[in-house]
Amino acid sequence: MNARDINWTALIIVVLLFVVVAVMGFLAAKWRRSAEVEGLHSLDEWGLGGRGFGTWITWFLLGGDLYTAYTFVAVPAAMWATGAVSGFFAVPYTIVLYPIIFIIMSRLWSVSHRHGYVTSADFVGGRYGSRWLSLAVAVTGIVATMPYIALQLVGIKAVLTVLGLGSSGNVLLTDLPLILAFVVLAAYTYTSGLRAPAMIAVVKDLLIYLAVIVAVIYLPIKFGGWDSIFGAAQTKLGTVNPATGKPAGVFVPGEANYSAYWSLALGSAMALFMYPHSVTAVLASKARNTIRRNAAILPLYSLMLGFLALLGFVAIKAGTRPIDLDGSVNPQLVVPQLFLDHFPAWFAGIALAAIAIGALVPAAIMSIAAANMFTRNIYRDFIRPDVDPKTEAKVSKIVSLVVKVGALVFVIAMDQSAAINMQLLGGIWILQTFPAVVAGLYTRWFDRWALLAGWAVGITFGTVSAYNVVNPVTKAHFGGSVAPIPGTDFSVYIAVSAFVLNLVVAALLTLILRALKVRAGVDLTRPTDYAADETDPKVVQIDKTRHFTQPGGPSPVA
Amino acid sequence: MSHADGYSPKDPTSPGEPRRLTRDTPIRGPARPAPYLGAGILLAAAILIPLLPQLYSFDAPRLGGMPFFYWYQLLWVPISAILTSSAYWLVTREDRRRRAEARAGGPPRAGTGSAGSGFGGDRP
Repeated sequence: MNARDINWTALIIVVLLFVVVAVMGFLAAKWRRSAEVEGLHSLDEWGLGGRGFGTWITWFLLGGDLYTAYTFVAVPAAMWATGAVSGFFAVPYTIVLYPIIFIIMSRLWSVSHRHGYVTSADFVGGRYGSRWLSLAVAVTGIVATMPYIALQLVGIKAVLTVLGLGSSGNVLLTDLPLILAFVVLAAYTYTSGLRAPAMIAVVKDLLIYLAVIVAVIYLPIKFGGWDSIFGAAQTKLGTVNPATGKPAGVFVPGEANYSAYWSLALGSAMALFMYPHSVTAVLASKARNTIRRNAAILPLYSLMLGFLALLGFVAIKAGTRPIDLDGSVNPQLVVPQLFLDHFPAWFAGIALAAIAIGALVPAAIMSIAAANMFTRNIYRDFIRPDVDPKTEAKVSKIVSLVVKVGALVFVIAMDQSAAINMQLLGGIWILQTFPAVVAGLYTRWFDRWALLAGWAVGITFGTVSAYNVVNPVTKAHFGGSVAPIPGTDFSVYIAVSAFVLNLVVAALLTLILRALKVRAGVDLTRPTDYAADETDPKVVQIDKTRHFTQPGGPSPVA
Repeated sequence: MSHADGYSPKDPTSPGEPRRLTRDTPIRGPARPAPYLGAGILLAAAILIPLLPQLYSFDAPRLGGMPFFYWYQLLWVPISAILTSSAYWLVTREDRRRRAEARAGGPPRAGTGSAGSGFGGDRP
């Protein structure tokens, strides 16, 4: 047993900032509320913050949503442990992400604005006239989100561990701070909805920028410049691991790693905006162009992430020892430990608080997004078709609590690696909804049942492939997310190979079903819907005016 | 801020005239291909070039001790932002033109490109 001493100064700063953020979360319920909306009684108000966030709030919200605590912990951890391929791919990933969302997300925004869609599954249902396809998208979204929330808890746990909280003596006491933090989070998400993480994201992002900028300037000076830092990293990653007979990691990827590198970046970039929490932040924005403007300014976060990744190499040079409570080496503790070792306690407190708060923002948005999906695409579509907006909001609020409790149980009851494996699978699964959602934004060519079949094939193939990746040291399954394409030795991200298979199946089956003249389902959208802006009328409004102008109807000027 | 599209949601129909708004009322005039082609090339470059490690997976030349592989990719973050901003400028300008064209009265009564105040209290 390795009992750490509690670092009181840092701990007090973390607790203080946590309290500030919690107060903000509760106050957020009153933020940007128009007079007629009382109590956030609809999904638009509770689940999408009133659909009114402008460019800057969306920037903070998306930044807080996509660059999560787990990212801050796991990316430098991967750099520290295995180097460029599993760590630095995050940089090209977040570079190619923004041109992709520039292209597709404004169309999703427009059609959702026009029809009042709250989730991407809403859109799929409306486009293909198929609640089963919509259900597939929703279930994939919810299942992929749960371990993602759990990983945010892993991020908080890393901070609490280096602060010295939680000795492994008493299970309940170990996890008490974590449970406490999550209960508070659940409470303000329940009362304030998406407004809470939007407001907190501003604080969190400013703290993170502060911590990373200071660390990236100060630490290289302290450790003799980037030259010696990269030298230390090159030496460590080049050392041959006796267990595998291979180098410990990759310093600069060689030719054999190219396909893994680009496919990890591309697959992750395509998958990220299929996650419900990303779509929620997009649909909460005010105008069609808000997301496009954000595609141009969000890369600032990618720059920050790139330097944060390099802190993993700084930790190699600094000789950081990320020892977990049970005495084992846990790479996830590298960055929190680095801050604690080399900065005054008060500044380390700020940096650690930034990471911990960085877990709360995405956890809140993810639980809201998953709850919206449940409410709209399972509860409304399959249980109570005539549900009114007020009940929808009520159901969503309760489900957001259930989702959070589920994630908490996941992290406390199961091994941490279970959450990481599930998250790995989640990334593979969520990409399989890409054909239904994104192709649907451009064309109705695909058949709904073909898309459903492609989705099922992609998920099955991806799951089996991921299971068959065996860690060479521990011999455990789910040893990584890269595998050779069957029949070749060309290694790519499994999500990408599953996606290609999915697309091929969907296309072939579409041709077959078309030849068999299977009914196509009703498309509720029109070409004009995909270009609508905030000032263009919504479908309900158009229907209202049409009612008044019908021959023999009441006069349009009442 | 809210109307970066450059037009104000003024109601072009004269008061009292019945509104013939349908789901298929065009909200934009026909597109010119050039701006979309230009934006497409910029965005394709921003997506494809960072995905070619063949172009940058080298140690030398180092910059301030940082291998080429690392500083080149960090450099691509602002380059990509510039490409995306240029695409935004191209597309938005064309979009504005097309909406103006639809409002100015394209094919039958396209004067309804904007909701106007008559449609009741939506968030501004």
